[in-house]
Amino acid sequence: MTTAAPAAATTILPPRRLIARTLGAPGAVAGSIILAVLVFGAIFAPLLSPFDPNATRVCPRLAAPSFTHFFGCDLFGRDIFSRILYGARLSLAVGLLTVAISLVAGTIFGMVIAFLGGRVDRIGVRLLDVMLGFPAIVLAILIVAVLGVGAFNAALAVGISGIPRIARVIRSATLTLVGREFVESARAVGASQTRILRRHLLPNLLPIVIVLGSLDLGGAILSTATLSFLGLGAQPPTSEWGAMLSAGREFMRYAPWTMIFPGLALFLAVMSVNLVGDRLSHVLDPRASGHG
Amino acid sequence: MTMPWFIRRILGIVPTLFLTWSIVFGVLQLIPGDPVMLALGGTPASDEVLDNERRRLGLDQPVYIQYLTFLKKMAVGDLGNGYSSKQPVSEMIAARMRPSLELALGGLLVGIVLGVALGIAAGLRPHGWIDTAMMSSALVGVSLPSFWIGMLLIYVFGLQLEWVPILGDGIDALILPSITIGLFLAGGLARLIRSALIETMTQDYIRTAHSKGLSAVRVVAKHAMRNAIIPPITLLGLQFAVLIGGAVVTERVFARAGLGSMLIDAVLTKDIPLVQGLVVYTTTAYIVINLLLELLYGIVDPRIRSRRA
Repeated sequence: MTTAAPAAATTILPPRRLIARTLGAPGAVAGSIILAVLVFGAIFAPLLSPFDPNATRVCPRLAAPSFTHFFGCDLFGRDIFSRILYGARLSLAVGLLTVAISLVAGTIFGMVIAFLGGRVDRIGVRLLDVMLGFPAIVLAILIVAVLGVGAFNAALAVGISGIPRIARVIRSATLTLVGREFVESARAVGASQTRILRRHLLPNLLPIVIVLGSLDLGGAILSTATLSFLGLGAQPPTSEWGAMLSAGREFMRYAPWTMIFPGLALFLAVMSVNLVGDRLSHVLDPRASGHG
Repeated sequence: MTMPWFIRRILGIVPTLFLTWSIVFGVLQLIPGDPVMLALGGTPASDEVLDNERRRLGLDQPVYIQYLTFLKKMAVGDLGNGYSSKQPVSEMIAARMRPSLELALGGLLVGIVLGVALGIAAGLRPHGWIDTAMMSSALVGVSLPSFWIGMLLIYVFGLQLEWVPILGDGIDALILPSITIGLFLAGGLARLIRSALIETMTQDYIRTAHSKGLSAVRVVAKHAMRNAIIPPITLLGLQFAVLIGGAVVTERVFARAGLGSMLIDAVLTKDIPLVQGLVVYTTTAYIVINLLLELLYGIVDPRIRSRRA
């Protein structure tokens, strides 16, 4: 499993051109629009939501969608539309946190073992291989078993279980850099190991880190929602899409809107992030995106 | 060394198993709180009872002794007793294996039929309409929450149309969960078959087969598929390996009492030996099936055998 390191120097574009290039595909435009709406809804949830997401009996139990309650009401008479808006806050925040954990820890781990090489690298790779042998959801569940249930712990669990994958790619990318002249010359002028890692290797790895992050965000949102659906993530009464779906499962015969809208929100969020991420990875690194 | 290649491969998994079990043991050591209290499920107990229980569970020993005992027990398949049921974990797993296995096979069947059909259709006419539709829906596919799809299937086909039962042990209750799993398998499988087929169809021996006057079906079935089959088999084997550990999400959606839902319950009730046993079982099954796949390739394709030697 060798992933080509990106030709870093050619991939750094000024932000304006990067945005222009990213929006050069219809899928990415659609994704960006959906994502923008979701981010807007998440940020301004307190202003936009017609009701308090946790206030019960603002409408009849399991009431059908109407002009006052766009997405209907749940078992406790809470407004589903308001809960979905607040859910967007949680899902996006948790998704970003999860990806940040995987990226930071994975990048450091992969970079350091590749840089130190020798026995450290061999043991590190072996460990990564074993970790990758765990089905991702099982690893996340195992970590939740240790940390306990909750939205934050679920994010931590998904983040940690994503580390090996990131570390594997970063290690390969670092290996292609450590033999290059600029690293050799940094060594020659007596730069410390930490300095080489931080000032010479890390900047060159950043494009690939961004690519990995943009490709992972959708999956991270989906995985944390999955844990909540299983009862291992966000707990009631938190407005969380996975938890809302889990509650809606019981009443779908009488009130299908309790599961249709949270699922739709989750699907649109994950898809829009994936559409933008996919395109961004093409623009940033045409070669690596094939591995995504 | 002149050991036959397959014995070397089999011995090769020992360190992997050992490391995997060690990780499971190590991770579960981090659980905060006294395991004895968890084992007693919160019932108040005197110090004497607690001490007895601690001794019985071997928790009075130093951690490294516990670790060695754990490895020894795992190696002979002794997974300990569950906290809540007091039953041997291996028996509990065996009792819940059938629903998971049935679902795994059902999902695999749907996935293979759908994936192979779509993959061949797309691969034989790259950039045709099936291919375009399939490739552009790939991103939609990975973005769909499987539990949502499962619920929508239940709502439409179970509750509205009433074509299939949504609960029960019968084969008909297996249809919707199998489709839920199969849909997700089919996507990856179809893409692999497509690309493998596109590559093989340009090879010389396919042109030769065509020019011999063989029918198109025969060329695809006998000559092209045979050489395009290894990557898809790997994918299916690995997916199956994951599924026999229980399709955690799908079992939950369809309220099936398999290994996946047992794992969730074990985590929620903090039944550590059960969590440990289930994760050990799942990962071990995964490693063993991986090994079997590799041995299979070695038998099918002599080139692989010599490369590994």
